[in-house]
Amino acid sequence: MTEQFEPIIIGFTCNWCSYRAADLAGTARLKYPPNIRLIRMMCSGRMDPTFILKALSEGADGILLTGCHPGECHYLEQNYKALRRYLMLRRTLPQFGIEAKRVKLVWASAAEGVRLAREITTFVEEIRALGPLNWKDSRAYNNGYGVAEVEVSTEVPA
Amino acid sequence: MSDNGKPKFAMYWASSCGGCEIAVLNISEKILDVDAAFDVAFWPVAMDAKYKDVEAMPDKSITLTLFNGGIRNEENAYLAKLLRQKSVFLVAFGSCSSEGCIPGLANFSSGKDLFDTVYDTISTDNPEGIRPQYNWTTPEGLDIHIPVFSPTVRTLDQIVDVDYIMPGCPPESHQIAAVVELVIKALNGEAELPPKGSVIGAGGSTVCDDCPRERNIKKITKFVRIHQVENIDPDLCLLEQGILCNGPATRNGCGALCPQVNAACIGCYGPAADVADYGARMITALASVIDSRDPEEIESILDGIPDPGGSFYRFNLAHSLLHAAKSAWVGD
Repeated sequence: MTEQFEPIIIGFTCNWCSYRAADLAGTARLKYPPNIRLIRMMCSGRMDPTFILKALSEGADGILLTGCHPGECHYLEQNYKALRRYLMLRRTLPQFGIEAKRVKLVWASAAEGVRLAREITTFVEEIRALGPLNWKDSRAYNNGYGVAEVEVSTEVPA
Repeated sequence: MSDNGKPKFAMYWASSCGGCEIAVLNISEKILDVDAAFDVAFWPVAMDAKYKDVEAMPDKSITLTLFNGGIRNEENAYLAKLLRQKSVFLVAFGSCSSEGCIPGLANFSSGKDLFDTVYDTISTDNPEGIRPQYNWTTPEGLDIHIPVFSPTVRTLDQIVDVDYIMPGCPPESHQIAAVVELVIKALNGEAELPPKGSVIGAGGSTVCDDCPRERNIKKITKFVRIHQVENIDPDLCLLEQGILCNGPATRNGCGALCPQVNAACIGCYGPAADVADYGARMITALASVIDSRDPEEIESILDGIPDPGGSFYRFNLAHSLLHAAKSAWVGD
């Protein structure tokens, strides 16, 4: 039997909604795949695209961003900033050969444990279908390429 | 080379355009100070020298090496390693060697695409489809080797340890003059050099801080190309007029020259201090000022940026977190 590809997914969650939704899913003993690693932030607006690019370049296969529903942000409208960053990132990533589908934005309130668990399950399957990103391996290959070890003579001319 | 007791100076160009060398000559009469203070050991653009001369120098015998240009092939990488070994201070000089610059944009394409563009376009006269061979033996029995082309352009600090970084495309001449003056003073014991790894010859803030244009709360509803604007307000922030300006993410030091002549900043001085990924910072900056909450409307505003990768990573692709497009590595 061939081993099934298990994607690594980083989930950025908001302290006020989706992190609590994940908590609720746990309390209710709902099952969702263990492929996702949740990171709590104070707000989806804290999500700097740098975090996403760093995660993708260091081994993540997919990124799930979660935040409060539009109009319900604890900090008034930071989730709209997250939305705009996400939309801009989705246009930029394909130029790097990264499928836009590898990054997904989901709104989930603190009461939506069931919904979040379902979204995570769907997303894991979507990424599984896309296959591994392997950014780290590509990079390691590149680093060893075309750079032969230098043998420098240190002989001092007479 | 006779030993006249002066410290040695070297400047090398790897994958670059030569603009950095011109910028050095543009320091005008200060170039005489360079000559008075240093013995030029190796500077291919200015004087004849062979790699074997450098190979024969004792380690750390060159005091200051300005290395401009990115690492595109085997030869560039070899010289980077060689000059690292021979130099006390190795400076990544200019945008190419510190962040990849325009040649670094090749990292969006595969090596095959790059070669096709050069050797196989509709205007190329190459009926036999001849491509360069790395190794070839001539009919006379002479073995010829040309440097192997790397999959991606890399920056100097991705190959060797770098002491200082001097950004700019090219670095502004007054900044070069100031750095030269500082190094000469430091050699005479009159000044101290900044800590290793510092960015020198530039500011610690952003281009916006140096830009004299008036800035208000930004609310962008449309992005336009500069030629689509009939009358550019000469006093108002370009970004507020819908012109994509990279000032918010770019390190200052140039004196905000471009925005002062109605041209948007394109980011040649590289990321501002503490910015890990230039493009990510641009995305963050723009996301904060686009005035819409509706996904469809945001998409239509973003249609005004037809090439986000090229706009956000024009100078910084090789030094960005992703470094290159996947096609550059897998080869198609």
